[in-house]
Amino acid sequence: MSTQPTVGKPVSRLEGKLKVTGAAKYAAEYDVPGLLHGYVVNSTITKGKIVRVDTGRAKAVNGVIEVITHQNRPKLAWFDLQYTDMDAPPGVVFKPLYDAEIKYNGQPVALVVATDFETARYAATLVSFEYEEEPFETCLDNNLEKARDAKKGFATILRPPPPKPTGDFEGAFKNAPVKVESEYWHGVEHHNPIELFATTTVYEGDGKLTIYDKTQGTINNQVFVANVFGLHFKDVRILAPFVGGAFGSGLRPQYQLFLCVMAALLLKRNVRVVLDRKQMFSFSHRPQSVQRTRFSTDENGKLTGLNHSAVSETSQFEDYTEQVVAWSHKLYPAPNTLFEYKLVPLDVHTPIDMRAPGGVTAMHAIECTMDQLAYKLNLDPLEFRLRNYAETDPSTQKPFTSKALRECYQKGAEKFGWQKRNPTPGSTIRRNKLVGYGMATGMWDAYQFPARMEAMITKEGKLVLNNAVTDIGTGTLTVMSQIAADELGLPLEDVTFNYGDSKKPFSMFQGGSSVTASTGVAIVVAAKTLKKKLFKKAAGIKNSPIAGASEEDVIFKDGNIYLRNDPTAYVSFKDIISLNNGRAIETTNMGAPDVLNLRKYSKAAHSATFVEVEVDKDLKIITVTRAVTAVAAGKIINPKTARSQILGSMVWGISKALHEETIMDEKLGKYINTNLGEYHIPVHADIHELDVIFADEKDTLINELGVKGVGEIGLVAVPAAIANAVYHATGTRITKLPIHFDELL
Amino acid sequence: MNNFDYIRASDIDDALASLNTHDNGSFIAGGTNLIDLWKYNLLHPDLLIDINHLPGHHAIEEIEEGGVRLSAFLTNADTAYHPLIEERYPLLSKAILAGASAQIRNMATNGGNLLQRTRCYYFYDPDAPCNKRNPGSGCSALNGYNRIHAILGASENCIAVFPSDMCVALAALDAVVNVTGINGERNIRFEDFHRLPGDTPELDNNLKRGEIITSIDLPAKGFAKNYSYLKLRDRHSYAFALVSVATGMELDGDIIKEARIALGGVAHRPWRLKEAESFLQGKRADEHSFAAAADMMLEGAKGFKYNSFKIELAKKAIVRNGLMALDPHSQLPGAQPSA
Ligand SMILES: Cc1cc2nc3c(=O)[nH]c(=O)nc-3n(C[C@H](O)[C@H](O)[C@H](O)COP(=O)(O)OP(=O)(O)OC[C@H]3O[C@@H](n4cnc5c(N)ncnc54)[C@H](O)[C@@H]3O)c2cc1C
Repeated sequence: MSTQPTVGKPVSRLEGKLKVTGAAKYAAEYDVPGLLHGYVVNSTITKGKIVRVDTGRAKAVNGVIEVITHQNRPKLAWFDLQYTDMDAPPGVVFKPLYDAEIKYNGQPVALVVATDFETARYAATLVSFEYEEEPFETCLDNNLEKARDAKKGFATILRPPPPKPTGDFEGAFKNAPVKVESEYWHGVEHHNPIELFATTTVYEGDGKLTIYDKTQGTINNQVFVANVFGLHFKDVRILAPFVGGAFGSGLRPQYQLFLCVMAALLLKRNVRVVLDRKQMFSFSHRPQSVQRTRFSTDENGKLTGLNHSAVSETSQFEDYTEQVVAWSHKLYPAPNTLFEYKLVPLDVHTPIDMRAPGGVTAMHAIECTMDQLAYKLNLDPLEFRLRNYAETDPSTQKPFTSKALRECYQKGAEKFGWQKRNPTPGSTIRRNKLVGYGMATGMWDAYQFPARMEAMITKEGKLVLNNAVTDIGTGTLTVMSQIAADELGLPLEDVTFNYGDSKKPFSMFQGGSSVTASTGVAIVVAAKTLKKKLFKKAAGIKNSPIAGASEEDVIFKDGNIYLRNDPTAYVSFKDIISLNNGRAIETTNMGAPDVLNLRKYSKAAHSATFVEVEVDKDLKIITVTRAVTAVAAGKIINPKTARSQILGSMVWGISKALHEETIMDEKLGKYINTNLGEYHIPVHADIHELDVIFADEKDTLINELGVKGVGEIGLVAVPAAIANAVYHATGTRITKLPIHFDELL
Repeated sequence: MNNFDYIRASDIDDALASLNTHDNGSFIAGGTNLIDLWKYNLLHPDLLIDINHLPGHHAIEEIEEGGVRLSAFLTNADTAYHPLIEERYPLLSKAILAGASAQIRNMATNGGNLLQRTRCYYFYDPDAPCNKRNPGSGCSALNGYNRIHAILGASENCIAVFPSDMCVALAALDAVVNVTGINGERNIRFEDFHRLPGDTPELDNNLKRGEIITSIDLPAKGFAKNYSYLKLRDRHSYAFALVSVATGMELDGDIIKEARIALGGVAHRPWRLKEAESFLQGKRADEHSFAAAADMMLEGAKGFKYNSFKIELAKKAIVRNGLMALDPHSQLPGAQPSA
């Protein structure tokens, strides 16, 4: 038997069986002795001060151990910076139970700790707060005049301010023969992974804590906990072996972690805190934005001017920013450009990255504006984009490490049957339904961060890898195991990838579609060193069958090192280890982007989405009947898990276009549809045919693996494509997301 | 959740008697609404009286006058899929199946369905003013986000809608609700069962405290040949109706002998207008007649900031549903508009 490479094969998730049988344990499922349960009390006002707290009735309930508020909380770090985390925007981090001040509705104000969850939840209803209310502002539309530039800081390295203007936009726009001016709007979304945010803290004594947490970054949260509570890093261990989705909400430590650890330290007991669904709306969201675009072209449909301005909300305490306005010029060449990005601070919690942050926001405006222009020019929307196809990055003049967007357009259009499109809006009718075709382009960053990998060959001749990275449901475990198996020529079963543990070597939090490139490259680097070490040992054995060979003369396969031109001459990993007195051969290495070389290039993943909608001719009910997304994201390590990422993104795109929105009542200053009955995401009946295509994009420059990441690119183009299809079906352009069907009546 | 006592009632009398043993006793049927209200901190029963296991109370049977009696304690699913209902009252079957999800319908009972509370966001938020939950505190929906709210029969105290699908069909079918209290039995005509909010929005219906719904009677006429239930909502399943319509007709060729039209999602109770129905009598069953009836039904409708569209939508829905009723085969699963 000879081991076949696994990269490029649709390997099923290695942990799939554990998940579908319920055997996989999530943060709220660790039963430890004497576990106490915390339930959070949230503020019912939006802004003001707590003037009185009465915990007496709650404490009197049988089974209640303690009620922690700002008045009796243990001492905390007093220096703001100690609360910061790797993803903290410029500003002052929100500190739960710090003082009497209320900064947003739903802010945690107390933790009730009891011997069981229901007792804690009941007692929480008996804690009473008296507030002094102050006027608040929670509505972006009413406060647009307050828009200002965003503060800069550490976290803005990845979110630079808008690019400088080029040419003379105003002049060009004024004189352009073809132009469009539009405003685009989308509502607030909350991440709502199905797994609720939860933390189980095991109080080990001696200042040591083992913490099962829902997070996208074990080390990020370890550092946070140690800093805030004055513990040694090595005494805080964060474990997150399974994460039931997060979509960005787990990029920062959330308040249940803070409160859970606080209670465990105060009571010197094991404590669990689980948020409920309503509380999932009390932190972190995709910010509402208002975008204005003004695009112009010459008579031939070549873009001459691009102006994109965006205003987004943030909290009063942190300046959360996204990369919104830079995208059009990375996608389309134009001599005259003008980009603006501003923030309006509101009395809400700080937004956080949500799948394709900024990108999906921007591309809605950009790609709908492009659609409007195509109609003005009487050009097929796809043809219009091809006329403005950028071979090199127009915003930097640098070549792309690779860009197979053209192939995405071609393959996507072909699979979809785009050429059958009748260009006239409202012209295609299928019995009671108006049929519309729409398309849009997507673009997303190809990030890579440094990561450290520990790798060893055990005395069984198997490979063990250790890294702190999480698997938020994306298939990380499977993909990392595939990469490692192929590097050492081992079957998948002989690879163990240990992850989700802050004790293990560093990986960045799992965001920005960066993990396969970041952690994957660290595996490649560690595997290379490991092979060198193994080879050296093997060649140095007395009477070694491969004595005298150089590293180029051997291959690693099936747990052996073979002479390339004489497969009968080999040394097994097992033999190497036993001759090493049974000691594992190990190495720890850093993988990092080749910054010097990459400076010369632009790097991005691309996509094209084609959508068919049916709109009822009288009632205007909208159905996305078909959608095709073609993705160019470098090498696809696992077509099955990658396809799942794109499919999930497409469903989200449908959700964003037609369903999903958290509604703020501006008078009450709070979100009102805070449950999954009223916060609509698509159900099966809303999802029809979805197709995914991967372009064959070879990238030898971007990193050792040639990968770009597929976590977000599948979403970016979908909402715009749907909005464009709705226009094509009906002749009505709705520039607001989600599109409510009644707006077409 | 507060601590509570639990008993499993052995018969109707036992259930009724148990209610008085505690301050805050409550019947529990499927629990699909009750438990949610409890978790949202709106209710705090100190006694649950389980009425799911009353012997002899799980039938659907034909009654003397030619109609059918549904036990109140039967699940929505068992009712919708019962052969007598599928054959004789397919309108009811369709309406039930347009509601909630399969899992919820497997738990939800017929009695509970009649008594489910509104889905008004503000009603479910114990900290928001709401006259239905806390009389005199005000109505947050009136000037708030009122997309899902009433356009007919509302008052300035409350613009909530009654969310049931099943009850829209029951209204169209002229059902009768049979209830038992300590003072004996009563029968309540469906149109008298649910209330408009007026000055007492805290009362959804005319059931008295201490009464239990035992069954629902369907009159003989089931409109099994020409019927349709259409539900318009923000996603294709598992969402409450923005507007729904139940239509049943008896035809003589293409002339309407009798028509029933009930609207859901527009008022504090299923909405019918007898004048519109009698207007249709003797008219040709076509778009034109349905449109005229629709105009009558929506006369006086009043929209608010976010729900004015419902007026136009309801009219169009009445027309389309009338046409769908002419050809029940054109109906799609999930009470969607015909393809
Ligand atoms: C997420 C969600 C979506 C839903 N979507 C829809 C929808 O689209 N359309 C729709 O129509 N419905 C929908 N429902 C509502 C569902 O139909 C009701 O919750 C259900 O019918 C209630 O029945 P139950 O037996 O569970 O009542 P319970 O929750 O057990 O009881 C409700 C109330 O009725 C009382 N009660 C119950 N039975 C009797 C009786 N026989 N006599 C006197 N009092 C009684 C109880 O004491 C309680 O006060 C949805 C529910 C949920 C949770």
